[in-house]
Amino acid sequence: MKRWFFGFVPLALLGILVLLFLSRGAPGVFRSSAPPIEKISFERVVFRPDEIVLTVINDGPSPVTISQVQVNDAFWGFEMDPQGTLGRLERARIRIPYPWNDGEPQRVTILTRSGIAFEKEIEAAVETPRIERRYVGSLALLGTYVGVVPVFIGIMWFPFLRNLKKGWFGFLLSLTLGLLFFLGVDSVIEGIKTAAKAPGSLKGFGVLTLGFATAFFVLFAIGGKKREEDTAREDSPGAMALAFSISLGIGVHNLGEGLAVGGAYAIGEIALGTLLVVGFMIHNATEGIAIVAPISKIRVSLPSLIALGALAGAPTILGAWIGGFAYSPLWAALFFGIGAGAIFQVLIEISRQVSRGSHRAFFSLKNTAGFITGLFVMYATGLLVAA
Amino acid sequence: MKPRRSLVFTALLGLAAATSLLLPGNGPGSQGGLGTVKGEESLRTMQRAGGGGHIEMGMGTRGSVTEGAVGIDPTVYLTAWNFNNLPPGERERFYRETPRGDGTLLREYWFHAFEREIEVAPGVFFQAWTYNGQVPGPTIRATEGDRIRIHFRNDAARPHTMHFHGFHPAEMDGSLPSQFVEPGGAFTYEFTAEPFGIHLYHCHSTPLTEHIHKGLYGAFIIDPKTPRERAKELVMMMNGFDTDFDGENEVYAVNSVAFHYMSRPVHVRQGELVRIYLVNILEFDQINSFHLHANFFKEYRTGTSLTPNAFTDIVVMGQAERSILEVRFPHPGSFMFHAHKTEFSELGWMGMFEVEERLEGGTQ
Repeated sequence: MKRWFFGFVPLALLGILVLLFLSRGAPGVFRSSAPPIEKISFERVVFRPDEIVLTVINDGPSPVTISQVQVNDAFWGFEMDPQGTLGRLERARIRIPYPWNDGEPQRVTILTRSGIAFEKEIEAAVETPRIERRYVGSLALLGTYVGVVPVFIGIMWFPFLRNLKKGWFGFLLSLTLGLLFFLGVDSVIEGIKTAAKAPGSLKGFGVLTLGFATAFFVLFAIGGKKREEDTAREDSPGAMALAFSISLGIGVHNLGEGLAVGGAYAIGEIALGTLLVVGFMIHNATEGIAIVAPISKIRVSLPSLIALGALAGAPTILGAWIGGFAYSPLWAALFFGIGAGAIFQVLIEISRQVSRGSHRAFFSLKNTAGFITGLFVMYATGLLVAA
Repeated sequence: MKPRRSLVFTALLGLAAATSLLLPGNGPGSQGGLGTVKGEESLRTMQRAGGGGHIEMGMGTRGSVTEGAVGIDPTVYLTAWNFNNLPPGERERFYRETPRGDGTLLREYWFHAFEREIEVAPGVFFQAWTYNGQVPGPTIRATEGDRIRIHFRNDAARPHTMHFHGFHPAEMDGSLPSQFVEPGGAFTYEFTAEPFGIHLYHCHSTPLTEHIHKGLYGAFIIDPKTPRERAKELVMMMNGFDTDFDGENEVYAVNSVAFHYMSRPVHVRQGELVRIYLVNILEFDQINSFHLHANFFKEYRTGTSLTPNAFTDIVVMGQAERSILEVRFPHPGSFMFHAHKTEFSELGWMGMFEVEERLEGGTQ
């Protein structure tokens, strides 16, 4: 009881201090005479026939009053809900009746009370689909093309990998390592890019780090218990667990990817071309190989293979839906973080299996070749994703 | 895969999905931007009085500025010189005329510079530096040969001056650092008004761009000794405001308020002579223009000659260039005038003339 009490004392003091400061201000701290810093971020831009609808958020420290709107260097009438002043982290919807042209860039500027201009440029305006069965369907199809189909195609290499001589197992695992390493780095970079787009005060980078570290450590904690039970042999049941770990990591990564693609589609930043979808298909087929390589030497049932593929691929559809309907860079960053954490955790697991405690075994010629091949395949197919 | 492990995985994913629904505005459909928008209204319609003056458009600012938004109503500014917009008692505090022996007048002005927030578009405010609290500053108007004496006091936080275009002695130029009037200080400018024409005055403290752009400028009209033909006279200063200080104007206008004369057209009568004293004081992108619809005007460059330089419907001007334009409207109705740099016009530099039909007789 006493122990708990002393745990709460600092908390209580902190609480009192915060309340005091909030009510009376901090003593001895200079009051800034600088004008309040206004910030407005654009969360969503929706194009309807002859109308642009913006969702904006005040992500600065002080209230912001939105006074006027300009579209492509012209003042334009608009309706705003709620009207006028936005408190911190408050959102508003701005409807602008504007005859925008299909496929052309559009620039929207918001002028605040103090004349600060916030600008959003949309590279190519396309009508935003409404929520309806067809849109849900096309997003699902998008997720299927980008995530599900390629992963399953990759898994189809399973019989081929199985027939390889036993000596190539190390090569395959190293290949997986290479693929995953590339994917992990890619996740982090994509995460950083998306985090930068999140409204400043919502701390996109914090969310990314949180996702990464949580996934990494939680999976390790679970994996650690498991390792005591299994011996890492190539034909052990542990191999299947490893495959599921890989699949999960890739699945969360694909969730982030789906979010990003669906979101970009919804926000009108990319008009999804056939080329982009093809690029993603080829690129993501390599993910299938990464999943099945560790289990190429054990007995695997068809349902297990399907489960593996579904775990890795299906989240893309989920991601595309979330991204398409309520895109938020914050969530994309979180999922990229979780994906990267999971992938790096799996990387370590596989490395352990490849090395079997020996550095020399790990850096054998075949293994090194496999690793580099994995990296190269990812790089080369990545070139096809011209987004 | 052991069931325990799969459970944790599922829980992890489930948690992520569940929290995603909790964050405000991120749940599907919560943003209202999806699905059918309720209460669809037609595009904003701006109705104007007058024949053929019905304009339907979404272009323009929303709402209206508060009374006296720029220290003076832009409609009042059009015909305000030598403080004639003030009641006599009030006017005396800023302007006095005393006849001189040679038939000319001594015109005395009381000017003071101070900072003031002005509203340059509905709801958009600008921290201006002003002469007498208005942007543009008060119009000074004299007859050639008159003596002008300006008692200038600087109540602002920075050194300011009044620099006039026109003839004057070197020490009256208000341009060198030694001529800057320090905060709290005062200076009396005195010179003879010449040559006749449409001129301007502005602050010449440094940085010059800042001192001009923030609003320290005004029109300076010198009439020829033999008065010009009687006319409806209007002062128009083409200006702009870089409200976010990025070196580009967010708002363009004639007489400071974006689109002011769209909602409150300039009233003139059919056939009457209209004389416009036009000054370009635009900063940053300084080439400005004035174009009038359905009409042509005589242009007197700088107003220094009584012979027109051109008969046209557009003038293009660099910064500080000015002209007197003389025009008669042959037809009643609404006629637009605007910068024929279309970007400026849609960012506020656009207005309307409302020409009232003349009932008796024809045009002269």
